[in-house]
Amino acid sequence: MTITTAHSTTDETNSNSQSPLLDIRDLKVHFPVTEGFIIQRQVGVVKAVDGVNLSVNPGETLGLVGESGSGKTTVGRAILKLEEATAGQIILNGEEISDWKGTRLREARRHLGMVFQDPFGSLNPRMSAGNLVGEPLKIHGLTNSKSEYRRRVAELLSLVGLNPQMAGRYPHEFSGGQRQRIGVARALASKPDVIVLDEPVSALDVSIQAQVINLIKDLQTEFGLAYIFIAHDLSVVRNISDRVAVMYLGKIVETGARDELYNNPKHPYTQALLSAVPTANPALERTRNRIVLEGDIPSPLNPPSGCVFRTRCPVATEECSQILPELQNIEGTHSAACINGDWYKRTPQTTGADSASSAP
Amino acid sequence: MSTLLDIKNLSTHFNTSAGTIKAVNDVSFELREGETLGLVGESGCGKSVTALSIMRLVPSPPGRIVSGDVIFQGQNLLKISEAEMQNVRGRDIGMIFQEPMTSLNPVLSIGRQLREPLELHLGMTKQQSLSRSSELLELVGIPDPATRLKTFPHQTSGGQRQRIMIAMALSCEPKLLIADEATTALDVTIQAQILEIIKELTDRLGTSVIIITHNLGVVARYADSVNVMYAGKLRESGSLDQVYKEPKHPYTVGLLNSVPTLDLDPNVRLQPIRGEIPNLTDLPEGCAFIDRCDYATQKCEESEPELEEVEDAHFGACWEHRRVGKNLQGITP
Repeated sequence: MTITTAHSTTDETNSNSQSPLLDIRDLKVHFPVTEGFIIQRQVGVVKAVDGVNLSVNPGETLGLVGESGSGKTTVGRAILKLEEATAGQIILNGEEISDWKGTRLREARRHLGMVFQDPFGSLNPRMSAGNLVGEPLKIHGLTNSKSEYRRRVAELLSLVGLNPQMAGRYPHEFSGGQRQRIGVARALASKPDVIVLDEPVSALDVSIQAQVINLIKDLQTEFGLAYIFIAHDLSVVRNISDRVAVMYLGKIVETGARDELYNNPKHPYTQALLSAVPTANPALERTRNRIVLEGDIPSPLNPPSGCVFRTRCPVATEECSQILPELQNIEGTHSAACINGDWYKRTPQTTGADSASSAP
Repeated sequence: MSTLLDIKNLSTHFNTSAGTIKAVNDVSFELREGETLGLVGESGCGKSVTALSIMRLVPSPPGRIVSGDVIFQGQNLLKISEAEMQNVRGRDIGMIFQEPMTSLNPVLSIGRQLREPLELHLGMTKQQSLSRSSELLELVGIPDPATRLKTFPHQTSGGQRQRIMIAMALSCEPKLLIADEATTALDVTIQAQILEIIKELTDRLGTSVIIITHNLGVVARYADSVNVMYAGKLRESGSLDQVYKEPKHPYTVGLLNSVPTLDLDPNVRLQPIRGEIPNLTDLPEGCAFIDRCDYATQKCEESEPELEEVEDAHFGACWEHRRVGKNLQGITP
């Protein structure tokens, strides 16, 4: 069992012919809901992620957007196997890692990094910055001598814009932005191929956000890293991503190359989401058309039948409660899941008898 | 339009073991009737403490309003007794807080909490306040209000809780509504719902609004004028178009340049403000923004610039304001 690193192939990031670095097929993460204290019985299931397909090519950034409860974080955690997948395959560099355990799993995790949202909660307060950044080096046995270890830690700290002399300081001595830099250095330590960034800038002030976004971009250019960038902020995702997937209640409702999706959103949810984001341009805001969705995201314990978005959808029809829409290709890499879209081709088994009579 | 709120030289300090923090430092601004003002800044800039000072809710100790006047409808709120102030809070000035989870009392039913200001300030009977409460809930778009009144805060979602907060804050038809990061904890689609409700109701009632936020987009969409705060002081103030199109303070320029927005070219690199927010217990002698500023000169090191009128009703606190240009990437005027 060996995993070849993608560092050697990063020069050809744009060739579409190569197989994806990370391929996620039909991923499902379901959480049982139990009742009772001593004798527990399962009373329901939360389908946090329900049939998600994603792929990431070397050197590219996939943005994963959605509101809270959409399952975007669970997808990220399932990739690193921090969450047990109920079904589906996770294929890294051509090898399926879904059922790996122990040392094999550790070996796979060397190629995967993760940066967490909360720069305050995700760093052990009793470890110095140097030890935090060096921990992955020790776990994976990546340095041969003490001096090499120290050199590498210093190198990582300066890579993320921190003074290597700060290595002896503890997390509470750093600001939020600096802590997030430590988180990034830690994720970089094992020279991974893919880094999952879970809301890496949402806890930071706007002026610091931009610094961290630029740092993340620069590191990608330098090392040819692939990113899965999970965020709820559509403007940030647009700035950093090559491709974007929009999630709603455990499912991907629309995906495509960044400009295709942002310039021409097809799914009613994506359209509403984009129009809900206010831009810092008063002149534009006065004339912009807004779609305000009604209601809240439904309980994942009891999701709506058919299309999960239909309870808030401005164009929902009777049929939407009966037909489960699948992601269908619009053009290029752009796909969306809405039966009322003009690109949507109904398959005979999912079409209701009187489907022709109800146009959107 | 006449002036509703006039804040003059307001200073609120916090005494901590590390030294005195001048959270609000000589802040003056006015709010007209029916106006919506955006108060923008990053964490620690003093925007929330300004709001708490207006409401006289600054936790004391360690906080203390050291000087200034808050003149609301001709009355100086800092000079009246606590009992009189209680009549102002909730009746004349409503406030919505950031966390919808913690700002409602978890052990009282929603109905009980909604009725409280109505009975206290407007002297309604239980019958009257009950029917008014369900009208209010309907107004903010909560379905089946009669049943909802009997439920408790934990039984409602974050968005619903924030609607209840709005209903409560507007129940006595106040003259002024302060929304302190009211939508920050919410998802974008819910944020849009809540802001639309606030706008619709305050337009109808003619309420003035202070929107406190770090989100420049929210201000661009809902406010008439903007105040930008940094390190306890007002750095820029003016109408939306003045501040967004021709910012006169390098900090405003920096903020506008560092936020990615949907109308800009996504391939343009963001221009962050370098460095970090200064330590508030140890501010530099001159301008507090000096370490992060591209325009800084000798003069900025020596003395702190005061807010001055740089053009009609547009104020900036920068010695170099004539040189400051936005040079904003791609923003179309």
